Amino acid sequence: MIEKRPIIFLLLATATILVGTVVTMVAPFKWINDPKLAIASVKPYTPLQLEGRDIYIREGCNNCHTQTVRPLLADTERYGEYSKSGEFAYDQPFLWGSRRTGPDLARIGGKYPDAWHVKHMKDPQSMVPRSNMPKYEFLQQPLDTSLTERKMKALNFPYTPADLAALSGKTELDAMVAYMQKLGNDIPWRKAGRAEVLGELKNPFQDNKSVLPEGKELYLQHCAQCHGKDLKGEVGPGLLDLDQPDAKVFGTVYGGRPETGMPAYGDPLGKERIWKLITYLKSQHRR
Amino acid sequence: MNQQEGYANDIVKGFIISGMVWGFVAVLLGVLISLQISFPQLNIPPYLSYGRLRPIHTNAGIFGWGIGSFMAFFIYITQRLTRTPLWSPGLARVQLWLFNTVIALAAVTLLFGMNRSKEYAELEWPVALLVVVLWVIFAVNIIMTIVKRREEQMYISLWYILATLVGVAVLYLVNNAAIPVSLTKSYSAFAGANDANVQWWYGHNAVAMVLTTPPLAIFYYFLPKSTGVPIYSHRMGVIAFWSLIFMYLWTGAHHLLWTPVPDWVQTLAMGFSVMLIAPSWAAVFNGYFSMNGQWHQMRENYLAKFLIFGITFYGLQTLQGPSQAVRTFSAFIHFTDWVPGHVHMGALGWVSLVLFAGIYYTVPKLYHTELYSIPLANLHFWLAVIGQLIFSISMWVAGVQQASMLNATNPDGSLHYSFMETLAELYPYWYIRAGGGVIYLVSLIIFIYNIAKTVSGGKSQAVAQNA
Repeated sequence: MIEKRPIIFLLLATATILVGTVVTMVAPFKWINDPKLAIASVKPYTPLQLEGRDIYIREGCNNCHTQTVRPLLADTERYGEYSKSGEFAYDQPFLWGSRRTGPDLARIGGKYPDAWHVKHMKDPQSMVPRSNMPKYEFLQQPLDTSLTERKMKALNFPYTPADLAALSGKTELDAMVAYMQKLGNDIPWRKAGRAEVLGELKNPFQDNKSVLPEGKELYLQHCAQCHGKDLKGEVGPGLLDLDQPDAKVFGTVYGGRPETGMPAYGDPLGKERIWKLITYLKSQHRR
Repeated sequence: MNQQEGYANDIVKGFIISGMVWGFVAVLLGVLISLQISFPQLNIPPYLSYGRLRPIHTNAGIFGWGIGSFMAFFIYITQRLTRTPLWSPGLARVQLWLFNTVIALAAVTLLFGMNRSKEYAELEWPVALLVVVLWVIFAVNIIMTIVKRREEQMYISLWYILATLVGVAVLYLVNNAAIPVSLTKSYSAFAGANDANVQWWYGHNAVAMVLTTPPLAIFYYFLPKSTGVPIYSHRMGVIAFWSLIFMYLWTGAHHLLWTPVPDWVQTLAMGFSVMLIAPSWAAVFNGYFSMNGQWHQMRENYLAKFLIFGITFYGLQTLQGPSQAVRTFSAFIHFTDWVPGHVHMGALGWVSLVLFAGIYYTVPKLYHTELYSIPLANLHFWLAVIGQLIFSISMWVAGVQQASMLNATNPDGSLHYSFMETLAELYPYWYIRAGGGVIYLVSLIIFIYNIAKTVSGGKSQAVAQNA
């Protein structure tokens, strides 16, 4: 009876525990590290991005933000292309998180311009009124770079002396924004969404005043943070002199204009609501 | 009487008090961070922000209150089940001091943002090394006591104790593997999806080896002791034990459903999670059937109430858990408030209720006195259960509501709600959750008061006897 032999009992219990461990924890290394899953365009972090990532870890951002987009409609429509194993090859530790108190950040890179992030980080409620994110104004302190080179060496990431020299004068907030802008951008996923804009570009709500309240609501919720409540512009340009055909505005809102920092709203809003929004914008222009 | 047999009772007292102190810290911080979620202006960065305080809350709860109390009861139970004094009381004294030092260090380093970010394995490598030393000291002492035992047969509780000692060691060593950069900074030795899979193998089996096997050891010991009834079935206990420690280790990836870890790992985790219902409920039935003919004790014996409600929450937890581990349901509720609701039923319901029973049972014995007030213990019980239910139920409703909103689509296939629209709806639930937390905190204060009065009463009795 093993209940009378503690050492044998202990060894048997250890063996029992190790079966599942070997199959589901040790063996998957072989599958995950399969060269076929590697993505050549995924780059290691630069010194500035890595410091930003370390601040993200230090502040415990992963307690409220996940970094993995699941292949589910509600995730891909909201955040973008689902996450691939190869995209996380340089993530030590991984930061997928377990609770989305705030939105997922796996594809946040390039979604907003730097200025949006700076303003949002300092005072989240000024950009997103009902947000419960703490204010991170104190991140404007100078970045501590004393360990940067050792960190890069520890992780075996390539860097040049110029990369390190470029860190002088940077704040922690600069590093954080640099990190945000890298996230999810190593695969060219946005272009796929923009190709859908072609065809049927006529505003179905043209001069339809009944959609103006909804259009205004959409504007205040999604656009006012950058273009101002009164359309006079803040992070983004003013929209009162928006002298463009509806179809062109639709293309900008639906697909975004990454080169200027304008995010794409095709996924979160859909065509119908974007046309209502444009109807509102145009109604303001005529005034 | 125990003193004459040379049992290390002072060490047990020390761990019980330490556990209670850290438990209070955990719940107090829990209430604070639940208010920070509800009212963001209560965050005072850098130190008093949600992101830094939440790991302290979980570490104080799982490792301070949980492990601290388990150490107390493992030492208490092992000596009595083996009818042997602790192998080395001196080593146990070192362990007590080291334990409190480690938890205090953990709290301070996390406050300063020294954080590895891996859930329940946040501590930076120097503190993690101290944890390893602590665990080795503890394990050696318990194992040697069992080896040198006077009672030949090992009772069920000792099996769970042995499994805990080895299980925690394996998990902790692997998941804390790190590349140090400085004394206060290190990187995980694993990357990306590998790191995720290792982390949740660890994370879910911390639930097994810290939040399941130790409370089961304690439950199997204190249920017969408190009620005078033997455990219903030894054989069911044997089957449940081996199948539980076999199956648990396969289930970690149910935390990673729909993520880029291999599909087959996720599927295995899902299957084994559902299979785990059997050994979990074997323990529940062993508790229930033991009470056959003795259910009137639920009215008369406050300890039976704590233990049977505890094992009931364990039963509910181990039905809800497997359901969440199914892909389709996970797709819906994962990442929402449903999950904190689930976790807190286990933490505040199952684990804590069993620990409360153990403390109510042992403290009067250790101090040679009676419990100061049974009515206060009953009040503690009801407030704890009500506070916990308010917490969990409000979070389940919040989770389902947010999940429904996140999944709602328009006729053209676009999403109906923005993320912020779904978040704004959660505030009322967060206020309710904080209320549940406050009720639980009050119940804990009553508990601490009751135990403190019992201890001081015991001391004055001893003084009177000596005079």
